[in-house]
Amino acid sequence: MKFARLVWVNLARNKRRTILTILSVATALFLFVSLRSVNTTLNDAREVGSESRMVVRNATSIVFSLPEAYHSWISTMPGVRRATWGNWFHGIYQDPRDFFPSFAVDVDGYFDIYPEMVIPEDQEQAFRRERTAAMVGTGLMERFGWRLGQTISLTSLIYSPDQAWPLTIRAVYTPLPGWTDEAFYLHYDYLYEMTDWVQPGWYVLELEDPSLAATVAETIDEHYKNSRYATRTETERAFQAGLVSMYGNVGLLMNAVGIAVFFAILLVAANAMMMAARERTGETAVLKTLGFSDRLLFGLVLVEAATITAIGGLLGVVGAKLLFEGTGFQGAGLLPGFEVKASTAILGMAIAIVLGLISGLVPAWQAARIPVARTLRRVA
Amino acid sequence: MALLEIRNLSKVYQRDSQAIPVFEDIDLDIDTGEFLVLMGPSGSGKTTLLNLIAGLDEPTSGTITVGGEDVTAMSRRQLAAWRSNHVGFIFQLYNLLPVLTGYQNVELPLLLTNLSKKERREHVMTALEVVGLSDRADHFPRQLSGGQEQRVAIGRAIVSDPTLILADEPTGDLDAKSADEILTLMQRLNREYDKTILLVTHDQRAAERGEAIMHLDKGILSR
Repeated sequence: MKFARLVWVNLARNKRRTILTILSVATALFLFVSLRSVNTTLNDAREVGSESRMVVRNATSIVFSLPEAYHSWISTMPGVRRATWGNWFHGIYQDPRDFFPSFAVDVDGYFDIYPEMVIPEDQEQAFRRERTAAMVGTGLMERFGWRLGQTISLTSLIYSPDQAWPLTIRAVYTPLPGWTDEAFYLHYDYLYEMTDWVQPGWYVLELEDPSLAATVAETIDEHYKNSRYATRTETERAFQAGLVSMYGNVGLLMNAVGIAVFFAILLVAANAMMMAARERTGETAVLKTLGFSDRLLFGLVLVEAATITAIGGLLGVVGAKLLFEGTGFQGAGLLPGFEVKASTAILGMAIAIVLGLISGLVPAWQAARIPVARTLRRVA
Repeated sequence: MALLEIRNLSKVYQRDSQAIPVFEDIDLDIDTGEFLVLMGPSGSGKTTLLNLIAGLDEPTSGTITVGGEDVTAMSRRQLAAWRSNHVGFIFQLYNLLPVLTGYQNVELPLLLTNLSKKERREHVMTALEVVGLSDRADHFPRQLSGGQEQRVAIGRAIVSDPTLILADEPTGDLDAKSADEILTLMQRLNREYDKTILLVTHDQRAAERGEAIMHLDKGILSR
């Protein structure tokens, strides 16, 4: 601690350079934390879903539907406790950029399979009774400032985009941890009534035993193998992972940018430290004359470099955390549950400090190996 | 036994393939409490000799013993520790750290010791009182005159109570009045505090303050 002042006054020696370096590192770390949080959010999305639920979808693609007639056969097959279905509605409320997931579902069976959504009994009944009713997550209610009983008008990017869909919010669900609070549900019957051509987008099955998943999947897919609507059956978790993979190899992209960020930090910090150390060559020689050892001078430069990147890292990490939490950032609805996790923040700080130490290695080595007599002669 | 014993000391600089001898086989003894002045023209090797004694440079051959310890046989790490305990160095251009106050500059050598903050403060204030600058402890070097800066540098050199004070042209950058004050201070350190001083200068007036004068010229050291 007694050398802390020495480190500090050296940092304050060229305030503009130190501040600019810290801001550069902060920006780089902000970027890193943001990119990694996108990654972790997408990875978390893969984990959503239960191993005891299976999703049956069109084998060609999720964008193709399945016949309603499948429901009766699927729901009565051995190992399946119950089955329900849903459709992607792709509803828009006022601004298309304010994305949120919206589904037209079989209200009689859908919510029995999803205990992750806690719905007050009276509200659930009200929702089931009214064909134009909607059920909304607490987060979405808050985002748009809606209230229970309010009639809102959605448009759908899939079903008659020019048509308005008046829907009355009759139920608000509270999600259990890990489940989105921004989903919107309406009646499949209402969708069917308004379009007359819709079919289920997918079926969701609840298994009696998760160990039956492989058998059930094989049986269903084999059964419909040669039909016009061949199926692909997988666990809900695998289904989610498939949806996430539709983003493309985001992880690879994020990692590539992340590596670029690392190098940016390294070069910025190394450049600043090289300049700082070079300017202080004479003083370093004087300190050696006073008895400062090579090892101590080496350490002081390293600590100085790490301090710069640690401060920058802290600003970047805390800045990202506060900004994303303060604005409730959800990537325009594409990244529900987006958050800067503690593990990301810690990793960011660790990277900042380690890169600071690495960036200080060369100037620290130079400071430690300065030829004192020759340097003093040059200074004099 | 002399505090400082130099035997058969040689220094040859190597520039590319050319060997440039500075001095060869010089011997020198300085007793404890002695104030020796070393004179000589520019380039005669005075500063080189001072650097060798402080362990800041390596001799080509020969030995330097200070208080019975062979400086030439020490590793870099040992030399650093030895310097912090036994050598106070005074430079021509003061070489204070501009970002530290006078107090903080004087405190620097004590950071290498195990002294507590309170003990360090006592030592620093004592050193500043000796050099007459206790009222300027919080001033930065840029707020001090050249003479005051050099007095702070002397305070830094004596704060750890070193065995040997090496001064390299300490008045070379000062006006006559300030130079006189500095030399008086060094005389005081020698007479009142019994400090052993080796002062390098080519200023005759400075040399007259020492107890003995030696000349280094063309590689030969003579009384």
